[in-house]
Amino acid sequence: MLTKNDLAPDFELKASPDESFSLQQFRGKNVILAFYPADWSPVCGDQMALYNEMLTIFAKYNAVLLGISVDSKWCHKAYADQRKLRFPLLADFEPKGAVSRKYGAYDEKEGQSERALFVIDGNGVIRWSYLSPILVNPGADGIIEALETITTSTTTNHGVKTHTSA
Amino acid sequence: MASKLTPPLNQYDHVLGAQHPVIELIEFGDYQCPHCGAAFPIVKQLQKTYVKNMLFAFRHFPLTNAHEYAFTAAVAAEAAGRQDRFWEMHDLIFENQDQLSEELFPELAKAIGLNMAAFGRDLADPALTEKVEADFESGVRSGVNGTPSFYINGHKYNGSYDYDGLSAAIEQHITVKH
Repeated sequence: MLTKNDLAPDFELKASPDESFSLQQFRGKNVILAFYPADWSPVCGDQMALYNEMLTIFAKYNAVLLGISVDSKWCHKAYADQRKLRFPLLADFEPKGAVSRKYGAYDEKEGQSERALFVIDGNGVIRWSYLSPILVNPGADGIIEALETITTSTTTNHGVKTHTSA
Repeated sequence: MASKLTPPLNQYDHVLGAQHPVIELIEFGDYQCPHCGAAFPIVKQLQKTYVKNMLFAFRHFPLTNAHEYAFTAAVAAEAAGRQDRFWEMHDLIFENQDQLSEELFPELAKAIGLNMAAFGRDLADPALTEKVEADFESGVRSGVNGTPSFYINGHKYNGSYDYDGLSAAIEQHITVKH
């Protein structure tokens, strides 16, 4: 699995039938990538529901959240609508698991993404990653700590974020 | 993951129980979460069993997208807290969890004899909204990954929330202390 200081591989994936997202488009922002095994499965539901409540906290750290699983764009749309999720779920669907594989977060045996977290800075560098046991919801304390580290290193003495994309 | 209560118990927490506790049990809960509803009588039972040496505190962790009344319920409990009746409201909300609505909270407030004008004002007070949000953020920092999440003497309890599991963990802390 990719770890701290690795360059985050770019991708472009569908979030719904008429929306796609790339990593590149978030340059200058911090990105939280949350790979998870499947829509509708109980543990993931809790994890995504938790992150869904945290979007304003993530925004304070200039961060956006992207969920990724091998489910299709239609499945993601239904799941996001039903759970009122307000962040994109990306479909790593064709070729199946290609992006998960690039990040080293693909479970070949089950044919699904691992439960893995990456925090990527505005320059596309991975600053923190974590592989969670498949049945354990990892919570968000690790994400917040990683974002805090990034923010501290790019913050002036007055507490104003500089957002330089050097 | 760290999974330590962050920040530790402080003067902003609602606490109930022993004055010099050996055990501090903290719950992060959501008033509309059915699992928290199921844990409510279990916590009551624990409070009874460990009345001499346990302190219980409750921090809000409302999942507002999943549970439409969870946030208002938390603010209602805080508003009752302004009149020193936090725990009465806390209990009543859980006892009436199956019929939560916007109209229910004033009814509960009336039932416990709150000053209704003050209660109405406090419900709209941004300071109480901020208190609930601060509780949520402390949960996130403490590694809460669902509700209810329990912390015993500052450390996350990862077992199931049944009586036997929780009391076994509590006993362990009591044994360690003495």
